[in-house]
Amino acid sequence: MATEILTGIASDEPIGEPPWLRAVRRLVRRPTAMIGVAVIVLFILAAVAAPLLAPYDPLATNWAAVRKAPSAAHLFGTDEIGRDVLARIIWGGRASLLAGLVSVMLALALGVPVGLVSGYVGGILDGTIMRLIDAMLAIPFLILAIALAAFLGPSLTNAMIAIGITQMPIFARLTRGQVLSVKHEDYVEAARAVGNPQYRIVLRHIFPNIVPPLLVQATLATATAIIAEASLSFLGLGQQPPTPSWGSMLNTAKNFMTQAPWMAIWPGLAIFSLVLSLNLFGDGLRDALDPRRE
Amino acid sequence: MTTFLLRRIALIVPTLFFVSLLIFGLQQLLPGDPAIALAGEDRDPAVIAFLRQKYHLDDPLPMRYALWVEGVARGDLGESIRIKRPVFDLMTEKLPVTGELALMALLIALAIGLPAGIIAAVNNGTVMDYGVSMAALWGLSIPNFWLGILLILLFSVELGLLPASGFVSPTESLKQNLLTMVMPAFVLGNAIAAGMMRHMRSAMLQVLSTDFVRTARAKGLPEIWVILRHALRNALIPVVTLSALDFGALLSGAVLTEQVFTIPGFGKLIVDAVFNRDYAVVQGVVLFTAFAYIMLNLIADIAYVVLNPRLR
Amino acid sequence: MVFCKWLCAGFALLFSAMLSGTSAQPAQTLRIGLAEDPDLLDPSLARTYVGRIVFASMCDKLVDISPELDIVPQLAIEWQWTDGNKGLVLKIRQDVKFHDGEPLDAAAVKFSLERHLNLPGSNRKAEISAVTNVDIIDDHTVKLVLSAPFAPLLAQLSDRAGMIVSPKAAQAGGDFSTHPVCAGPYKFTERVAQDRIVLDRFADYWNKDAVHLDRIVFLPIVDSTVRLANLRSGGLDLIERVAATDVDTVKRDERLKFSEITGLGYTGVTTNVNNGTRSKNPLGQDRRVRQALELSIDRSALNQVVFNGLFQPGNQWEPPSNAYYVKSMPIPGRDVAKAKELLAAAGAPHPSVTLMVPTNPELLQAAQVIQSMAAESGFDIKIQATEFASALDLAVRGDFEAFLLGWSGRTDPDGNIYNFVACKAPPALNIGHYCNSEVDRELEATRQAADPAERMPHYARVAEHVLGNRPLIYLWHNRHLYGMSAKLTGFNPYPDGLIRPQGIRMQ
Repeated sequence: MATEILTGIASDEPIGEPPWLRAVRRLVRRPTAMIGVAVIVLFILAAVAAPLLAPYDPLATNWAAVRKAPSAAHLFGTDEIGRDVLARIIWGGRASLLAGLVSVMLALALGVPVGLVSGYVGGILDGTIMRLIDAMLAIPFLILAIALAAFLGPSLTNAMIAIGITQMPIFARLTRGQVLSVKHEDYVEAARAVGNPQYRIVLRHIFPNIVPPLLVQATLATATAIIAEASLSFLGLGQQPPTPSWGSMLNTAKNFMTQAPWMAIWPGLAIFSLVLSLNLFGDGLRDALDPRRE
Repeated sequence: MTTFLLRRIALIVPTLFFVSLLIFGLQQLLPGDPAIALAGEDRDPAVIAFLRQKYHLDDPLPMRYALWVEGVARGDLGESIRIKRPVFDLMTEKLPVTGELALMALLIALAIGLPAGIIAAVNNGTVMDYGVSMAALWGLSIPNFWLGILLILLFSVELGLLPASGFVSPTESLKQNLLTMVMPAFVLGNAIAAGMMRHMRSAMLQVLSTDFVRTARAKGLPEIWVILRHALRNALIPVVTLSALDFGALLSGAVLTEQVFTIPGFGKLIVDAVFNRDYAVVQGVVLFTAFAYIMLNLIADIAYVVLNPRLR
Repeated sequence: MVFCKWLCAGFALLFSAMLSGTSAQPAQTLRIGLAEDPDLLDPSLARTYVGRIVFASMCDKLVDISPELDIVPQLAIEWQWTDGNKGLVLKIRQDVKFHDGEPLDAAAVKFSLERHLNLPGSNRKAEISAVTNVDIIDDHTVKLVLSAPFAPLLAQLSDRAGMIVSPKAAQAGGDFSTHPVCAGPYKFTERVAQDRIVLDRFADYWNKDAVHLDRIVFLPIVDSTVRLANLRSGGLDLIERVAATDVDTVKRDERLKFSEITGLGYTGVTTNVNNGTRSKNPLGQDRRVRQALELSIDRSALNQVVFNGLFQPGNQWEPPSNAYYVKSMPIPGRDVAKAKELLAAAGAPHPSVTLMVPTNPELLQAAQVIQSMAAESGFDIKIQATEFASALDLAVRGDFEAFLLGWSGRTDPDGNIYNFVACKAPPALNIGHYCNSEVDRELEATRQAADPAERMPHYARVAEHVLGNRPLIYLWHNRHLYGMSAKLTGFNPYPDGLIRPQGIRMQ
């Protein structure tokens, strides 16, 4: 206990190990984060193995088996035009995971460069970009996403683009903040003094330092993106039938809540478990990467 | 301090300018002719032409933008094409409703999130920490519209305890008002609670490892005393200021919650307006909420500087 | 601490408020759940179907319809066609007052009709454009002068175009739609946008004996699940547009009653046959491909899967039960073999079709069923789900191949066919730009006389052309499905779907 108070680090951690190994070690010691990782991996595997795993074709309709309760033949029941719900959940995982990953990657691809440039260059360019970022952040996230999705047209791709664009400002601001705090550190000044070109300084010295918070934010943003896709689909703006996505399945299921509750329960549970796991993993990651905490 | 303040206030103008451009562009460039959408089922060409002329839909974009901005400067936010009422009136009617929902949701979020954050921080690394964190996170992970429908089915249809939807003004009947707001406020507050918990936990952990907390412990003060009197007071500062940023999340959440529970507030107003191509309403509401968000941020920043003795 | 003080105070307030009394409600309030928020409450400018439901309680019109679609008196007690069907003389009921106490006389009727015709942006102008003059014969008699015979006129006067508003209120300045004054059984009390519309009983209504409720409150609740939940929990007394798949729930609940009637409208697939470049595809150009599409669809199965068998399959612009249905052309069954033959003969064995569908759950379901059924004949249908406002725009501009679209329906058959197939029809309604001069001649003939026996042969010939060419493939007619509290009696459904308060009682 005394050692902890004095040095602020756990006494059983080797002092000289690389930061990423220390982070992984801390992460592994957090059960909730590990559960989160396990569930995420499970969902990814299921989505990738969809053709092998799904018991039926998710698009195969069957007039005779409309809205049937879960049974041996259909473990999760059937939907409003006789399609197997389990198959649609497995295939729908692809759409929802894709929605989460692609929109976040788009947000990163747009936001990080903007933040880097803005933070490093500074001056009027920085000022203008930050006002634009502030403007985007001032508009409530879902409202901006709805306006964008309505503008682009209802489809999964457009929903991903809309969500990605809406999440971009957060990454831009985060990146810029990190750049600003690192910009005047000794090693960066040294690199500049030695005569390194700007881009090299940015990529080799600044960028690695901003990866940890970006990673955390990206994980949490994926969770938000998956819920955002479900929300947009609920309003009719996301994935369109007949291709399944958990959000659009919920949208259809809401009309049958009393007669066929299984249509809503499974997609809702799927979204919930994946998003919860992402949040747990993200929180664990944040704790693990924070240099100040045990 | 004054220069800091003045600079921040001055920056509001360009930000709002970008907001106006953004939302004006998004609305005006929406596919679909608003005149046709609003001309009703009969789509009489004479009516369509009349609407296009009345609302300047055929004028070039920059001119329409200028007209709108000029109106806003005068306090005229335009009118809803669908029900021919001034946007300003619609907003003053609906603001208290969403305001009440947001306030109740915030209270619920604080009631869930703050204790959860404290417990998690104090018991950092134990099962308590994980359990409480997980419990607070479930609100963030569950799609709020799904939760809303489930709650309606349970509490209204099956148990008959709460009204399924709608809104009763508190001036008309406070009891009915609270009954109609309980479920939506819970659904909304649930989602924000996780954010509160995270802020609180973060802040508490930070404070608990500081010198004067260690000093207080070393002095032999009971742990509860240390937590509540010393740690909490300091942890609250970042929590309060960060909560201001959650205002945006509250409004986002309100959009779907109001849709499911048919609450005539801002969120519902905007969604309906987007689908009805009632662009004046969307523009007006977004401009206002953006302004409110920016002001809240400003106040939060000022509060942070004022309350935090170390930064002054 | 300060924080705890606020929180504790908040909870205390909550508890004390919940223990305090309730507010009193006026006796006998009928709470009706609508599927949408009505738009303007001005009969000349109103555009929505749900608005008409509100008007049914607030604004009486010159004539009304019976459940059998006959024209019956309301504000006009007698009428007579004159001048070779180019004049219509109406006798107005005596001793009728507006909600503001003003008397309803011939001058008020003239004022209202001219307002429908001349108010800028009036949606009624196209409906009664045949009327050139309104002459006052005496204090309670008017004569409508027409430019040409127009048989559907009385049917138009049984809807918003026949609603009479108080001239004093309409001329009083300000927005009439925010304080409408008519002559119906209930008068306007208040409206909170997207929340409620409140009407109170009008003490001087001319037919006050038929009115038993003191107040009607209209509550728009868009989600049908939530609307039904409100009805079941007692928050509403009557709801319209119960989802077909919820009907069993309503029937099984002993607190509730169910009522239904076939509506006036239809839903079908409109093909772009001549509106721009996107009509240049096998479906748009060759009637055999359209016939093959029709033969691929089993309307009964479609009705069964999507609407639990509750809606009415159809193949014409009027339902089979309607007097104007052409009996010699019944609903065809499914014939995949014949469909394949036709496609082969047309040289397009696997036509690709983009079907534009508004983002409405039932329409999307139906589209998926159609897609699946037509696949068996060789059609490759892609569903393009489009938000309604955008879809309309695209359709008007001709940027579509096929559009799954409905029409809410009008009392007179003219309202269901003319604007969709006539060469002179507004392009925003005849989106496929179908044009056949024969059809136009027959349609003009149907407008000449009001006698169904005279009109039928012309409609039969129109049907031969339209059903043969299939620019529109009619699929089903909606049924109006109502759920209501078991305490409610005296409700009569009408084909136009409107809720008429006369006769309704609550225990």
